[in-house]
Amino acid sequence: MKKIILLLSVLGVIISTGNAQTNDRKLPSVEVKNLEGKNVNTSTIANDGKPIFISFWATWCSPCKAELNAIAEDYDEWKKETGVKVVAVSIDDSRNMSKVAPYVSGKNWDYEVLLDPNGDFKRAMNVNNVPHSFILNGKGEIVWQQNSSAPGDEDKIFELLKKVAKGEEIK
Amino acid sequence: MKKIIISCSLLFSVSAVFSQNTPVGEIHGNFQTDVQYYNPDTLIGAPPVPEKMLMNGFGNVIYTRNNFSAGVRYESYLNALQGFDKRYVGSGIPYRYASYNIDNLEVTLGNFYDQFGSGLIFRSYEERGLLYDNAMDGIRLKYKVTNGLYLKGFVAKQRAFFTQGPGIVRGFDGEMNLNEMIPKWNESKTRVTLGGSFISKFQEDQDPTYILPENVGAWAERFSINRGKFNINGEFAYKINDPNTINGFIYKPGDAELLQVSYAQKGLGISSSVKRIDNMAYRSDRTALGNSLNINYLPALTKQHTYNLATLYPYATQPNGEIGFQTEVVYTIKKGSLLGGEYGTTIIANYSTANSIDKDTVGVDPDYGYNSDYTKIGKDVYYKDFNIEITRKFSKSFKFTLFYANQVYNKDIVQGLSGFGTIYSDIVVLDFTYKFNSKHALRTEMQSLTTDQDDGDWASLLLEYTISPHWFFSALDQYNYGNSNSVKRLHYYFGSIGYIQNSTRISINYGRQRAGIFCVGGICRNVPASNGISLTVSSSF
Repeated sequence: MKKIILLLSVLGVIISTGNAQTNDRKLPSVEVKNLEGKNVNTSTIANDGKPIFISFWATWCSPCKAELNAIAEDYDEWKKETGVKVVAVSIDDSRNMSKVAPYVSGKNWDYEVLLDPNGDFKRAMNVNNVPHSFILNGKGEIVWQQNSSAPGDEDKIFELLKKVAKGEEIK
Repeated sequence: MKKIIISCSLLFSVSAVFSQNTPVGEIHGNFQTDVQYYNPDTLIGAPPVPEKMLMNGFGNVIYTRNNFSAGVRYESYLNALQGFDKRYVGSGIPYRYASYNIDNLEVTLGNFYDQFGSGLIFRSYEERGLLYDNAMDGIRLKYKVTNGLYLKGFVAKQRAFFTQGPGIVRGFDGEMNLNEMIPKWNESKTRVTLGGSFISKFQEDQDPTYILPENVGAWAERFSINRGKFNINGEFAYKINDPNTINGFIYKPGDAELLQVSYAQKGLGISSSVKRIDNMAYRSDRTALGNSLNINYLPALTKQHTYNLATLYPYATQPNGEIGFQTEVVYTIKKGSLLGGEYGTTIIANYSTANSIDKDTVGVDPDYGYNSDYTKIGKDVYYKDFNIEITRKFSKSFKFTLFYANQVYNKDIVQGLSGFGTIYSDIVVLDFTYKFNSKHALRTEMQSLTTDQDDGDWASLLLEYTISPHWFFSALDQYNYGNSNSVKRLHYYFGSIGYIQNSTRISINYGRQRAGIFCVGGICRNVPASNGISLTVSSSF
C-alpha cells in the first residue's frame, strides 16, 4: 500500500513538474529587514513596471563588493536609461550585520539594502554562494541569474537591463 | 521520515490534480557537488585517503504555490571530503518541510531554520560550505497578532549529521515594532523595536553521580533604536545552570551581553560593538562537542578577512568566557579632491580585541565553578587585530588596494591546545586589478605575513584572469618560507579553471590548499585543507 501511495505521489510530482511554469518565477514571500529596521516582505519588492537587479552579497565577500561598487559608479546612468532599481541583499549574520549600514553609506551606495541574517531569503532563492544576482522584468518575473562576478560583468548586466526595460526577451 | 516525504509528495500530487486550469505553482532548486581525488601528502599532515576519491553533494527542491511551500534536501557524502566531520556519512534526506501562511499565521511542519534576536540564546542555521547544519525538526508557528506585533513558537529536536540530538528544544519569541504598532509613530524618524525570547531544552539525566538539570531555560531581551544616521541595538541573555562538557560540568548560570552602535552618513560609516560572554555554551546534548547541536550562536566580534594570509589565524568566540570589543570606520575621500583622486579613495580601518573575563575561584565551590566581576576585564589576551585597507581607483581600468594588519592570536586558547603560546603577526597585501577591456581583467594579490612564532613567515601570490562573463583562470602560491623547520618550507600551489553559464558554475582545481574562506573565480567559499584535483559543480534553477 505504502509503495503504491509513494508511486502515485511521485507521479503527481512529475506531472506537476511538467506543468510548473518555472519561466515566470516571481520572488518568494520571506520576511527581511531594511537598514531602518522596517520589516519588508520580499514578495512586495517592486519597481513600478521597471526592471529590478537583486544582488546577494556580504561584507566579507570581495567580488560581491567589487561588483556593487562598479555598478554604484554608473548607477545614475543605469537608472536614467532603464529605470532599474538595485536591491543589495546582505547575508551577513549578527557577527557583521551592524557593519552593513556603515559600509553602504561609507561607499555612497544608493541601493535599497536588505538584511537576511539567517539566510531565509537566500535559501528561498536557491542561492548556493555569493555573489549571486538576479534580473527581474517589469512584471516582477525572474528572467536572468548568475552565480559569480568578474570585472566587466556590470557592462553585460547593463546591456541585459536595457533589453528588459524595452520588454525584450533575454533568454 | 518516509511518511513525511509521502505526505509532501501527496500535497504536490493533490495540487497537480486540482490545478488543471490554473498555474500549478513553481518548482525550483539548487545543487552543488564537490568531488576530490587526493594526492598523498604527509608534509601538510593530510592523512592518507583509502578511498582515493571523496564526494560531498546536496540538492534542494522547493515547491511553492501561493501561500504554500514544501521542500526537501538530498545530501550525499560518499565519503565526506577531508576536513569535514566524518559523522556525515552516506546519503539521505535529512531536510524536508511543508509550510503555509494563512490569516497572519504561518505553520511549518518538519525542518526549519530560525533565529531569535542576534542568536545569543537561539539560532538554527546552515553553512553548507562548512557542513554546519543544526536544523530544527518539529513544529513552528509564527503569528502576526496585529501590525508590528509578531510572535513565534516552536517545539523541535535538532539535527546532528544524519540523526537527531537527544534533547527537545522549546522556544518562544515576541517582537514589537513600535512604529508599526502605533499609527501616530508610523512616519516617525525614530524607530524602536523591542523583543524578548525564551528557550528551554529538555534532556534526561542519566548521570550516576551528579544531579543534572533536565530542563535548562534561557531568556533574552533585546532592543533596537534607529534615528536617521544613528542606530543602536543590544541584547542581554541569561541561562540557568547547565553543567556540560564544554564548561567542565560546573553549575554556575551563564549570561551574555551584546551592544552595537553605528553611525552612517554619505561617505562615512562608523560602527562599534562590545560583548561579554560568560559560560554560554548551550547545546541540546550536554555532552556534544565539535560543531554539533548548538542551540545558540555567539558571534565573534572580529573582522572577517578575505585575503588568504589575513585568515591564517582566525578568531573563534570562546563560549566559556570572553570580553570583546570592535570598532570600524569606513571613509570615502571625495572624488575630484587632491587626496581622493578622480574616482575617490576609500579607507576602512578596523580594530578588535577579545580578552578573558575575570574569574575568581577562591572560596568558591568547585562544582559551582567561579565568580566573575562584570566591571573587570580578564588579563589574558585572546585576540587583537588592527587592520587598515585603502582602495583607490586610478582610472577606468586600474584599481589598487593596500592592506595592512597587525594581529595577536592566542593559539592555545582559540584552538584549545597548549604549548603554542601567542602569535604576533604583521600582514601586508597589495591588490591590483587591471581591466584590459570590458571583458578581460587581471587581478594580482601580493601578500606577506611575518611572525617569529608558529610556522614563521609566509608569502603569497595570486593571479586571477577573468573573461567576463564565462571564464576564470587563477593561480595561487602560498610559500611558508620562514618555517623554522626547513622541511616544512612548503609551497601551497593551487590552480583553478572555471566556467560560468548563468547560475551554473563548473570549476576544476589542482593543488594544495589551506583551510579558510577562499575567494577565487568570483565567489567566496569556506574550504578545508586538501591536496589533489577537485571538481566543483553548482547550479540553481
